[in-house]
Amino acid sequence: MSIVDRFDPLKKKMFQVLDQEGNIVSKDDVPEIDDKTLLEMYRVMQLARIADIKALQYQRQGRMLTFAPVQGQEAAQIGPMAALKKTDWLSPAFREMAAFLYHGVTLEQTYLYWYGNEFGSRFDDGVHVLPVNVPIGSQISHAAGLAYAAKIQKKDQVALTYIGDGGTSHGEFHEGMNFAAVYNAPMITIVQNNQYAISTPRHKQTKSETIAQKAIAYGIPGVQVDGNDVLAMYAVVKEARERAIKGEGPTLIEAYTYRLGPHTTSDDPTIYRKDEEVEEWKKKDPIIRFRNYLINKKLWTDKKEEKLVQELTDLVGETFKKVEQSQAPTVDEVFDYTYETLPPYLAKQKEAYKAFLKESEEN
Amino acid sequence: MAQMTFLQAINQTLDQQMEKDASVVVFGEDAGFEGGVFRVTAGLQKKYGEDRVFDTPIAEAAIIGSAVGMAINGLKPVAEIQFSGFMFPGYNQIAMHLARFRNRSRGKYNLPVVIRMPMGGGVRALEHHSESLETLFAHIPGLKLVVPSTPYDAKGLLTAAIKDPDPVIFFEPKKIYRAGKQEVPEEEYTVEIGKAKIVQKGDDLTIVSWGAVLRDLQKALANYKTDKSIELIDLRTIAPMDSAAVIDSVKKTGRLLVISEQVQSFNVASELMARVNEEAFEYLEAPPQRLNGFDITVPLPKGEHHHAIDEKKMHHAITKILGYKI
Repeated sequence: MSIVDRFDPLKKKMFQVLDQEGNIVSKDDVPEIDDKTLLEMYRVMQLARIADIKALQYQRQGRMLTFAPVQGQEAAQIGPMAALKKTDWLSPAFREMAAFLYHGVTLEQTYLYWYGNEFGSRFDDGVHVLPVNVPIGSQISHAAGLAYAAKIQKKDQVALTYIGDGGTSHGEFHEGMNFAAVYNAPMITIVQNNQYAISTPRHKQTKSETIAQKAIAYGIPGVQVDGNDVLAMYAVVKEARERAIKGEGPTLIEAYTYRLGPHTTSDDPTIYRKDEEVEEWKKKDPIIRFRNYLINKKLWTDKKEEKLVQELTDLVGETFKKVEQSQAPTVDEVFDYTYETLPPYLAKQKEAYKAFLKESEEN
Repeated sequence: MAQMTFLQAINQTLDQQMEKDASVVVFGEDAGFEGGVFRVTAGLQKKYGEDRVFDTPIAEAAIIGSAVGMAINGLKPVAEIQFSGFMFPGYNQIAMHLARFRNRSRGKYNLPVVIRMPMGGGVRALEHHSESLETLFAHIPGLKLVVPSTPYDAKGLLTAAIKDPDPVIFFEPKKIYRAGKQEVPEEEYTVEIGKAKIVQKGDDLTIVSWGAVLRDLQKALANYKTDKSIELIDLRTIAPMDSAAVIDSVKKTGRLLVISEQVQSFNVASELMARVNEEAFEYLEAPPQRLNGFDITVPLPKGEHHHAIDEKKMHHAITKILGYKI
């Protein structure tokens, strides 16, 4: 029986493959993933974690701008991305650095974006990731459109989108979900329920017992998953993808997780949540859980861990150096992407500004 | 009198009005328990309880739409939109309903609603956090739009807005939330909505501005060497605009320069220049000028300086208009 048939969101049944210590709780549900992929999943989880911690430090030193840390939610992003094909679309919100890194965005691009440069949103050709989406809830209908287009063009392709628990309050969440469901669009929506929307706790966002149960009203499958369990997240997305490709429409997945860091670097979470709560969730760290699984599977050792952490720390440091040396946007760059062809009045504004800059330089 | 920042003045005004008037309610995303992402509503929930000061789900349309319903049914909602750039889902309610109920019901339902929104650039923020969207509200009949530039005006205008029988969009230039303190009276007072203020008297040039840009402009003027005298007007209310004050000034000076951080086309300056042309054309000694952002998407922080109105740009524009000869 499929996962969505066995885990009824109305009964608050949460799908899990690994327990908190990384032991297998449900043998039949362990997804088939080759060792190379498992290790790549782990590598990118660690890369995201280290890049996140370093970015926070850089930000505190005034070298990086506001950014939205991903710490604690790596499994909810790496599992799903590993279950997709590289040609599947990702329509993100703004806390998906781990998903970005796994799906083909470079660390340099990610950092460049949070460094305040638009070129950090221009990904390489063949990378099916949309730029960071700041306005809450607005990315769902983009995914519905991507998925609809995939369907009528008969592409072997789905669109996966992320939103938070707070985002499900938004009108646009409903509109996008309903649209995709009506047209059986191959869309997968993952709600990263990290318990808080900035300061506002989940119970002030929705009276539903689970977020997964909202799927019922759209007439689609919905399932709550342990979002800190990378294998569970992989398995559920793999299955959702198969359904979507068969023309059976979208799936709503609630990844039950926790944001270990602040909402953004402008936020002080100590105002609205207790240290004990954070400590409890640190015990459920998705990276530790996955590492234990890999060690039990004889795929990982402390020595390998040490080597990887050093390697990634160096990579992050070098990448940030590059980003700090990047050129600030030129006058042409701030004007020229407004339209394909700059209209005369705007070309005039640009030329006048260039003349002004030249004159200021001379004086 | 106490020394207050812009932010404290707003907080104190909300506190005072909630105390005086039990129908005032305050709400928005994170506006209750936490006191808002900028802490503008800090302490209010503790003092007035969760019924009157509350967190809303993330849903701007519902924030504005429910304010409409509350106002019809006896409350005075003061709603917060976290950043003006996120008001667009709520714009549906603002343009379709908030601005129209009085007219639609032939005066049966007026809507005493205040919508507070942090706005403007200069804080090195992410996308959608730096815009100056005055035009989108000023263009809708039935709305009022105010933008204070000082703690004193923030209190006086917000008090007036809460007491106003019609909906008022209350812009808070986030760059000046904590930029310096000013004496602000403890007791209640109002600053009339729709009245500009002459900040500095002069005879040779009228400069009009508002919000955070006006504060930067005052510094730029202090550093500008000229034997000409400049009249500086703080517009304070964008709609209804006090064009009479500007026209009177231009009749005296013959020159008009409007400075803002809006994008250029169809902005507030466009309307002000049109009114001056209509009513004071024969007094003009130079074509009215405007200095503002370009018609581009506000760049992310690394490119924001291109769009921002700095002192050099201000001096350049002033020199240009003062030097113009017919």
